[in-house]
This record gives sequence, C-alpha cells and structure tokens, in this order.
Amino acid sequence: MAKKDNTARIHEPLFHIAKRDALPLGKTVLIRASAILISLVVCAIVCFVLIKINPLELYSTMFEGVFGTSRRIWKFLKDSAVLLCFALAVTPAFKMKFWNIGAEGQVLVSCLASVACMYYLKDSVDTWLLLIIMFVASVLAGAAWALLPAICKAQWNTNETLFTLMMNYVATNLVAFFLIKWTPDGSSSLGSLPYGHLPQVLNEYLLLIIVVALLTVGMYIYLKYSKQGYEISVVGESQKTASYIGISVKKVIVRTMLVSGAICGLAGFLIVSALDHSVTTESAGGQGFTAIMVSWLGKFNPFIMIITSFLMIFLQQGADRISTEFNISNAFPSIVTGIILFFIIGCEFFINYKIIFRQKEVK
Amino acid sequence: MDKAVALELRGVTKSFGSVIANNNVDLTVYKNEILAILGENGCGKTTLMNMIAGIYFPDSGHILVDGEEVVIRSPKDAFKYKIGMIHQHFKLVDVFSASENIVLGVKDGTRYNLKEVNNRVLEISQRYGFNIDPKKKIYEMSVSEKQTVEIIKVLYRGADILILDEPTAVLTPQETEKLFKVLRRMRDDGKSIIIITHKLHEVLSISDKVAVLRKGEHIATVNTSETNESELTEMMVGKKVDLNIHRSEPVDPQTRLTVSGLTSTNHDGIKVLDDVSFTARSGEILGIAGIAGSGQRELLEAIAGLQHLDSGEITYNNPKNGEVVNLRDKTPLQIRDLGVRLSFVPEDRLGMGLVGNMNITDNMMLRSYRRGHSFFVDRQRPKDLANEIVNSLEVVTPGLNTPVRRLSGGNVQKVLVGREIAASPKLLMAAYPVRGLDINSSYTIYNLLNKQKENGVAVIFVGEDLDVLIDLCDRILVINSGRITGIVEARGAKKEDIGLLMTKTERVVIDTEEENNG
Repeated sequence: MAKKDNTARIHEPLFHIAKRDALPLGKTVLIRASAILISLVVCAIVCFVLIKINPLELYSTMFEGVFGTSRRIWKFLKDSAVLLCFALAVTPAFKMKFWNIGAEGQVLVSCLASVACMYYLKDSVDTWLLLIIMFVASVLAGAAWALLPAICKAQWNTNETLFTLMMNYVATNLVAFFLIKWTPDGSSSLGSLPYGHLPQVLNEYLLLIIVVALLTVGMYIYLKYSKQGYEISVVGESQKTASYIGISVKKVIVRTMLVSGAICGLAGFLIVSALDHSVTTESAGGQGFTAIMVSWLGKFNPFIMIITSFLMIFLQQGADRISTEFNISNAFPSIVTGIILFFIIGCEFFINYKIIFRQKEVK
Repeated sequence: MDKAVALELRGVTKSFGSVIANNNVDLTVYKNEILAILGENGCGKTTLMNMIAGIYFPDSGHILVDGEEVVIRSPKDAFKYKIGMIHQHFKLVDVFSASENIVLGVKDGTRYNLKEVNNRVLEISQRYGFNIDPKKKIYEMSVSEKQTVEIIKVLYRGADILILDEPTAVLTPQETEKLFKVLRRMRDDGKSIIIITHKLHEVLSISDKVAVLRKGEHIATVNTSETNESELTEMMVGKKVDLNIHRSEPVDPQTRLTVSGLTSTNHDGIKVLDDVSFTARSGEILGIAGIAGSGQRELLEAIAGLQHLDSGEITYNNPKNGEVVNLRDKTPLQIRDLGVRLSFVPEDRLGMGLVGNMNITDNMMLRSYRRGHSFFVDRQRPKDLANEIVNSLEVVTPGLNTPVRRLSGGNVQKVLVGREIAASPKLLMAAYPVRGLDINSSYTIYNLLNKQKENGVAVIFVGEDLDVLIDLCDRILVINSGRITGIVEARGAKKEDIGLLMTKTERVVIDTEEENNG
C-alpha cells in the first residue's frame, strides 16, 4: 500500500479547498486579529513605497487624530453613535432580506421634517413641545419614506433596492427645493436655527450617545426575543415557510420597513436637534451607505455592530487626519481604508473554509 | 473473473470538516456489468460517486481507470476518462432542443453541425433502444424524456462508465422497466453502469452486483443472484430490520374532509388541478399516487390554504363539535382559528416545512410562537418539545442549537414530522415523507403515520413507491395532470393497474378483482 501512495501523490493538485466546521470562538478571534495585523503591514509597505512616510508615524498620526484629545474622543463617540443609529435602522430590514439602501433618503427627509417644524413654529411653542413635535414629524417622515417601497414590494413585488435608492434622490432634491424656498437671498444655506435644541447633559454629545446605546439594547432584544423579531427572521430565511406557517409576508414586510424608517426618523431628529440645528443636502453625509457595511460586518447583531461602527469611524477620521497632517491627497487615506477592509472581509473566507495542501511524501 | 476491470477505487477517503463521508473505500467496477450502490442516507454513496465524476476531490486514495492511475479534478477530467454521471436533478436548458442540449459544451474540434448531431443522437437511441425526437424542446418533454436526454448527453461524449443517481425516483413503474431495458442493452454493449437507488426490489431486478456502504465504509460487494432483500438490508443497517408494514383495519371511519370540484390554474394558465373530488376519512390512510408534478403539491397546498382556487369546495367536519367548516379561500391562520386541526408535512422540507438556518428549538416554535399575548416569544416550551422529539424519534444531532440544514435528510424529516404530529392533528397531510430517507427512517415514518391512523386521524399520504402505497394505505387516489384518474382499494391492488392509471388522462373504473393487463 505504502509504495502505491508515493506514486499517487505526483498527480495530486497542490492544494484544494474544503469547508470547515464551526470554529471555536478563540480561533476566529485569532484569525481576525491576524487579518488586521497583516492589513497593517501591507498598508505600511504601500505607504512607504508610495509616499515615503514612516508607517509607524502614519499609524500614530491616525491614532492621535482619533483619540488625541478628549474633544476628538467625544467626536469619535458621537460619529460612531450616529453611524450605529443608521445601521440599527437598516438591520431589521436586512434581516428580512429586504435590501433597504435608502437609509440616506429616509434620514434626510426626516431631517427636513424636523427643520420644517423649527422653521415654521419658531418660538411660538415651548422648546419641549417643539422637540416632541419635531420628533413625531421626523419619525413619521422617515417611516413614510420607507413605507412606499415596502408597500410596492408587498403588493407588486417591485425591486426594493432600486426603489429605495431612487427615493434617496427624491429626498435630496426635496431638501434642495425647500432650501431655496426658505433662503430668500438665494444662498441655499439655512444656517443654524436657534430653536428646538436638545438639552445638553454633561457633554453636548452625551445624550445622543445614551439614546443610541439604549436603542442598541432595544434592537437586540426586539430581534432576538420578540415575536415580531422571530417573524422577521422567518420571512428573511424563507417566505415559503412563512406563508406555510400562516405569517402574512406582506404585513411583516410593511411593518418591518415602518420600524426601519421610524429609526431613520429618530436618527434624523437627533442629527437636527442635537448636532446640526439645520439641514443641507449633505445632512446624512453618506453614512446611510456606510451603515450597510456596518450592519453586514456586524452580522446583523447590534452588539457586534457597535464594534464595526467604531472601526469604520476610526478609519474615516484617522484617514482624514493623515491627509491634513501629511498634506497628501485625500485619495490616499481611502487606499489605506480599502486595504484594511479588504483583509477584514477577506478573512471570513478562512473562517469558513480551510485549504489543504498536498501532503509531503512519506518514505 | 474473465471480465475486464473498468474502474477501481483504492482506499478513497473524503471528509467534510470533522464528518468522514467516505473512509478508505475500495470498489471495483467491471465492464459489461451493472453495479448497484446501496446504503442508508448519509452513508456516502453520492459523495463517492461525485469523486468519480470529478465534483469532489478525494482527501486520499487512488482512482484507477482501465488499470491506470488517474486524477479527476473536474467533470471535464471525468469525461476524458469516459466517465459520465446522470444527476438526480436534470441540468438542461428548457428552450433548447434535445440535440442542442446534448451538444452543448462538447469540444471535439469539429464544426457545429446540428444535422450531424441529430443523426448521431438518433444512432445512439437506436443502438440502445431509446425513444427520442432530437428536435423536441425540453419544455415539451416529460420527466422520463428529459432523463433520456441526460443519458444520451453522457453517451454522446463517449462515456463508457455511467453513473446514475437515483434515476427511478421520478419514473412510473412502466418507465422504470423501459429504462432498465435500455441499461441492460448498454451493459451488453460493454459499458459499465453504476446505479444508486433506495429501492431494494429494483436493485435485485437490475443489477449484477451490489456494493453496500454503511457509514462511509464499504461493507461488501455481493453478487445479486446470491442475495435477497433482508440480507441486503441487514448489511446496510447493520442489524435486522422488519420490512413489513403492519396495516390495521380502519376503525369507525367518519368523513373528515370533503373536496369537491377543485380547479386551479397556475401563472402560465395551465390547469394544475382539474375538477378534483374525494373524501378523506378518520382512521384511514388515503394514498395519493401519481407521476411527480401531477398536481399533488397543489392539491395539498389548496387544502392547507396556500393555493389559489378557481372553483370547488373544501369542507372539514370538526369531530369535536360536529361543525362543518368551509376551508376555501382561507389563509392558514384563518383555518387554524376555525378550530381545524390540520397538520401538513410539505414536500419541500427545508424550503417550506422548516427554516434550514434555524435550530431545532426555533423550528419547533414555528407552529406555536403566537401562543399568548406577550410581545416576547416563549422558548421554553418549544425547547421541551424539541428535546422530547429528539429523544423519542432518535434524532441524531450534535445539539438543539444546530441549524436543521446541517442534519441528514432522515433527521430533518423526523424533526418536521415530529413537530406536525405534536400539534395533535385530526387531519394529517404528508407529501413524500420518506423521499430520500433510508430504510430505517422510512419505517419510523410509516409507523408514525400508522399510529396516527389508529388514533383516528385522517391521514393523506402522497407517495412515490407504489409497493409502499399498496402496503400502507387503505385507499389510493391516482392523479395525473391535475385530474383524478381513479380511486382504488389498496388491499389487493396491483402495481401495474396503478401505474396505468398514472398515465391515463381520463378517469377509469378499475375492478381490482379482475385480471386487467393494459
């Protein structure tokens, strides 16, 4: 037998790929950690070759740019919270395999609703009442923006990806229209409005962070332990099973998108009342799309999404810092971000599969 | 042994993660021979064949064709060594003709000339006794014709070793006999044929040799003429199995479900159900026989509230209060709210009956999660139920948290049937509940159905194995193209008669007492 073995291996391919069993947690952490480490090394090489900067200096600048001062740390936490809020909003829809890429538009339109309340009511009502009105208007606007694609999907099976994407452009242009209407000088820039500011607790961002933290816990419980969350999972996994068991797929689609849109509405309300006090076509700032990545990388688990939104914001802000500090084109930080994300997403392959190399000949 | 060796496997091992699918398997296939591969589900039959056909690559071991060591890395490599596999699920382009499908992907250096292809296809069919029109489009073909195309496709590429994965699962007894005739002719022409099947009587009628696999290991290869059903089963399972179905007489049958004049059309405007009428009675198993796709699924789904109907009535007699309720145009939820105790084991287990990515507990919850007014789900009771089913039905699973798609076919079905029976139904519908299951699991399911019948449940059983239908059911309803072509008493029914009804388009009255050969 042993003699035959040796002749056989000449033909064997160098390696082949086989699916792995579920890995223990420790090993997956190890794989992910080494992926990040390798990505940092690759970035170091690229940055040394391209712009001749000492990589260590680059990373320390990045770190410094994010955590250097307490103000930067607060900004880091604030931005992460806003991004996480967006991600929490799209997660129930994604879990249902409803590809809602319209968080951008849903947030924008609710920002617009909030600002409209501020603009028209001014100080005619108490601040607390104005805040409540803004909140309700925001949530309704966000929900309405999500409801339309949901109803069309449920009734006529339209493609939700295109539909929600198009709704983003409608929202952007709606905002542009009202900005022109509201700014008589034609500057299209509204500036900060002095009404309906969310009260500050200790720090100007703390309240916002607390709200998002509570929302994270709430969303985790909703998805994992509520009957509605269970229905979302069933519809997402198999619509056939859902109707077999008597779940109304249409109802779940519409209801879940209402939840998704309402949370976008909350995000819009927070952006206006706690941060911007105004609206521009850039109020959502593209975070609606970044949120999709946060949600996916976090495997739709709100607690893991905390980490992934930290990561995304760290990369964004660190990269910004690099381009100002070293005075290089802001395309370069995008390269760094891209490389790091490539390794992080790519390492999932090694968690799911293993590569078996040709065995050495045994004499 | 004066026969020449065509294919030889030596110590072939393949594992998926920690699961060993094949362990050190030795197998020899001779020319002019039909070899049947027999084994329970998950014993590694298909994995082994896939390695020969180039879909998987073995972890270790050797494959020899005509005595030469070969490496088969892809189906293309397999064709190079004249090995062709006919899969269970056909891989054909619907809008192409038979010839176009057959020639697709062939690179023999000659110019594409459909006329020549047609001629060669005809030549092959005549040689082996196929009956096929090379110009006919796939979508106009019956299942058996499609299978013929798949076989010719492999022969056209010059295969000398043919592997057929459960070829008879979709055929009527008559079609099966025709296929076997063709296979015998191919064998006599010098080909080697490997056939995977679950049906023991087919193994005995078609094969020259039987190789038995158990838990990934090759147990033995025996000459078919020197063995019998019970010996083969014992080798397969590793212990003696009682192959008799104990059918009891129905006790006090009462009409439980009446279906009258059901008609339904699908999206393409084709009638999938055409004036279907029957009754199902308590304490009785009503079998439904028919070629796959004759309207069985639509019929059961119509009763379960999942299929739109053009006309017809479905009424349910509630044994609790004697009420008669109409189920037509009701959603599954409304049906349940009417107090109808209906359980349904659908054909598509992981796509409809269960959620593959969810664990056993969460799948148990599908039926019961709505209970109570709480906003939150109660996982304790489903968990207890899951434990109970795992213990009583001997479900093999690493734990309750394993996604059900990771379980083997038999265990998936036990979970599904267990859940449906746990709802204590008064009407139980099961579509192909033993499809793809090994002997042991199949008999577990038959026994479960029988027990339900004895408890006074009206059972509707859609099956494909006519022998089982005749042994298990009390009455058998035969359906073809959405029409009922006959309802026969199962006791004393003949397989050939039912097979004939399966191909008839009009309702035929069959007298089971009379000799009737069509």
